[in-house]
Amino acid sequence: MENDIVLKVKNLNVELEGERILENLSFEVKRGEVLTILGPNGAGKTVLLKTLLGIFPYKGKIEWESGVKIGYVPQRVPFVKDVPMNIEEFFTLKGIKRETKEVIKLVGFDENFLKKNIGELSSGQYQRILVAWALIGNPDVLLFDEPTTGIDITGEETIYQLLERLKNEKKLTIILVTHDLSVVYKFSDRVICLNKCPVCQGTPKEVLSPEILSKLYGQEVKFYEHHHQH
Amino acid sequence: MEIQFLIILITVIFIGAIAGYLGSLMLSRKMTIVVDPLSHLALPGVALALIFGKDISLGAFLFLFIGTILIWFLESKTKLPTETVIAILFSASLAITFLFLSEHEIEEALIGDISKIGFFEGVITILICSGVFFLLQKIYSKLLLISVSEDLAKAEGINLKKYQFLYLLSISAVVALGVKFVGGLLVAGLTALPAAASKNLSKNLKEYYLGSIIFGILSCLLGSLLFKVTHLPAGPLIILASALFFLISLIFKR
Repeated sequence: MENDIVLKVKNLNVELEGERILENLSFEVKRGEVLTILGPNGAGKTVLLKTLLGIFPYKGKIEWESGVKIGYVPQRVPFVKDVPMNIEEFFTLKGIKRETKEVIKLVGFDENFLKKNIGELSSGQYQRILVAWALIGNPDVLLFDEPTTGIDITGEETIYQLLERLKNEKKLTIILVTHDLSVVYKFSDRVICLNKCPVCQGTPKEVLSPEILSKLYGQEVKFYEHHHQH
Repeated sequence: MEIQFLIILITVIFIGAIAGYLGSLMLSRKMTIVVDPLSHLALPGVALALIFGKDISLGAFLFLFIGTILIWFLESKTKLPTETVIAILFSASLAITFLFLSEHEIEEALIGDISKIGFFEGVITILICSGVFFLLQKIYSKLLLISVSEDLAKAEGINLKKYQFLYLLSISAVVALGVKFVGGLLVAGLTALPAAASKNLSKNLKEYYLGSIIFGILSCLLGSLLFKVTHLPAGPLIILASALFFLISLIFKR
């Protein structure tokens, strides 16, 4: 594999329970870039991430650079309400006891925050904790499924600013799934538009033409344009 | 204190500890309810054991083990929720039990009898408890992670099926032992109540599972002592003792 390529996907096909979810998807991810996978709900974005993680069976080729370490922030992690558990204990479920102090600082919390009960977090705090979870083990690549926009608990740093900072500080490669167009413009180097089969690929400015967007979203695009204006 | 009662006390300490430890996991996986039907699944085994004069736990475990494999298999084949699969098997097994047992035997199967525990049974029980304890200790954090988020667990490369199987196996073993002590009707309380009490009082995971173990031990000890004094059936007394601890924990709830 070429030097700066972290991930190479070729003719990826995923079929789950008889339904074809992804068709003939090919793309590459370079080291240090932010790749956004954009598409409407049900386009197979989450399935793509999980397939990259090795959770789903697939046909085609997924080649990670050898020895690459991957961190993953899933879309929905229900709040931990059944069990009393503090953040430090949550982190140790990953099997690594060190690093907890380091990762909690990375996502903008104080060390003392580790003793906080995980059931008492706000959703914004919880998302940050999940990012911290993904950072345990010092990954090279971060897969992030639908970061919630509009939540910023510190009042200063949004989740995207956090990712941007992490990317620079930790030299992370980030693959991000979203249906939020504004994220693509602000934050990503490259975008793949996905609606079961790939619709477009390239830098945001190159590919996000009105034609492509209406092909991708159909009726929905008006809403997004509107959303983007304010 | 006579030797036999001492053996009973030591044995119930182990039972209480392992039931509490397992219970702390089951509460988190919303699986507490599962123990109840699962314990009924054990009843045909108990019935056979009583008919052939074998150890109750042995019969119970055999049936639970077969049942567990069946549950595990049906679950992955049919995609029905575990609870539903267990409910199907449990009503069938309860029906079998009532067909074959006499009234007295049914009572023993349903509420247990600790007075029969001798040295040999005590040692076996303690060994099994220790084995399950070490198994649970190994899989505890992984099971907890699975219960927090299957996605996170899968991303960590955790084989969900394997751990679910080990988990059901542990439950089978503990339920099989519990059936002998508190009976098939009450064994759910043995695992659920200590964990629930501990949850009320603890602020982190360590306190929670340690508390659950301690409440399990205390409930079994108190119940057995009450049995010694009152000569009422031990099983219900043990469960009432843990219900008492649960009530107390409500008062001090954080």
